[in-house]
Amino acid sequence: MTLIYPVESNAAHPARLSPAYRSTVKRSPSKPLIPMRHTLSELTGPVYGHETVREHDHDLTIQGSGEPLGERIMVHGHVLDEDGRGVPDALLEVWQANACGRYVHVIDQHPAPLDPNFTGAGRARSDATGYYKFVTIKPGAYPWGNHHNAWRPAHIHFSVFGHAFISRLVTQMYFPGDPLFPFDPIFNSVTDENARMRMVSAFDLEHTRPEWALCYRFDIVLRGRDATPMEAR
Amino acid sequence: MQGPTKGITPSQTVGPYFAYGLTPSGRYAWNDAFSNNLVTSDTSGERIRIVGTVFDGDGKPVPDCMLEIWQADAQGRFSDPQDRRALPNSSFKGFGRRGTDADGSYWFDTIKPGTVPDPDGKPQAPHILFGVYARGMLLHLYSRIYFDGEAGNAADPVLALVPTDRRATLIATREQGNGNAVYRFDIRLQGENETVFFEL
Repeated sequence: MTLIYPVESNAAHPARLSPAYRSTVKRSPSKPLIPMRHTLSELTGPVYGHETVREHDHDLTIQGSGEPLGERIMVHGHVLDEDGRGVPDALLEVWQANACGRYVHVIDQHPAPLDPNFTGAGRARSDATGYYKFVTIKPGAYPWGNHHNAWRPAHIHFSVFGHAFISRLVTQMYFPGDPLFPFDPIFNSVTDENARMRMVSAFDLEHTRPEWALCYRFDIVLRGRDATPMEAR
Repeated sequence: MQGPTKGITPSQTVGPYFAYGLTPSGRYAWNDAFSNNLVTSDTSGERIRIVGTVFDGDGKPVPDCMLEIWQADAQGRFSDPQDRRALPNSSFKGFGRRGTDADGSYWFDTIKPGTVPDPDGKPQAPHILFGVYARGMLLHLYSRIYFDGEAGNAADPVLALVPTDRRATLIATREQGNGNAVYRFDIRLQGENETVFFEL
């Protein structure tokens, strides 16, 4: 099977210049991007051995000497291609704020406490069906300087590798029903509502573990589809 | 809630706080998945260092940027079974990652890649793909690093798509010095001498 990567699929992405998110103004190109045919360089991508992800890297609640504070949650789902096939062995990296909305990063000066038992970084590899799972703490909302009284909706950052360098995705997973959605220029930089809602996880009661943790489902669809569509066979 | 709508998951910015998860580099407790040193002892080819600085539209260095590179080995082969020609015979992976420093600078130690065919089988000049990620970038940018003085540059089918007066933004320049070759490749996200980026 040979995968192709139609550029039309990129229409789901935000415009690079989205002035409501102020930092885009000086960090987006002013000249049009140059289209080109994909060559072997674009159609291949890194393959990693199991040494990249250690056994417990998917559990962000056991990195300290004690349990982190906050609401324990599970986040799971499938990494899929555009035909809905699972992407096996995809590397997923996550980073997030703690339950109080504070990041470990040195430049985060939000006056909310750090949690000595929570770094907020994790890693997982999808299995043969594309399935992945994280155990973590529900992140808090936090303020930022984009405009007066600006707050980011709670989110988990995801970095995902697919089959090719051009299926690389960095995104943010949001939580259903967040009251901050209408006010966040980063979330709303995705102008198509259907596309925007693909960044919002779904509460998953079926996989919520009684007496232990709520579960959220987040499927991630990467670029790439079969060069020979099913209908044409 | 996630529904049955068709289409890819949209991109969002890496934001200002990715370093402890993606490029901890000894500054945070988390371990690095990737390095900016791609060289393995068993790989053949010319050892090179690529150095540069990332600038924004005001010409200011970008200190919170992440760069990723992807390249073939010295024989022009990718460490990926999707490259159905013979696989490389070394442990060279061809992928690297680096966060920019406080002054917007970065470096990679790697080897000069070989020639990779285009879809028609025509040779492409040696090149390294790169992706740029930063706060203020809702979707990363892709481009290529070519090398000054390569005979193949003149006939490269991708460089040929770029207006002549902008091609220099894609060509790393050799710096004076002894020892391994050092190439400078600055990245300008916007404005005068803006780096050429590709729609992939």
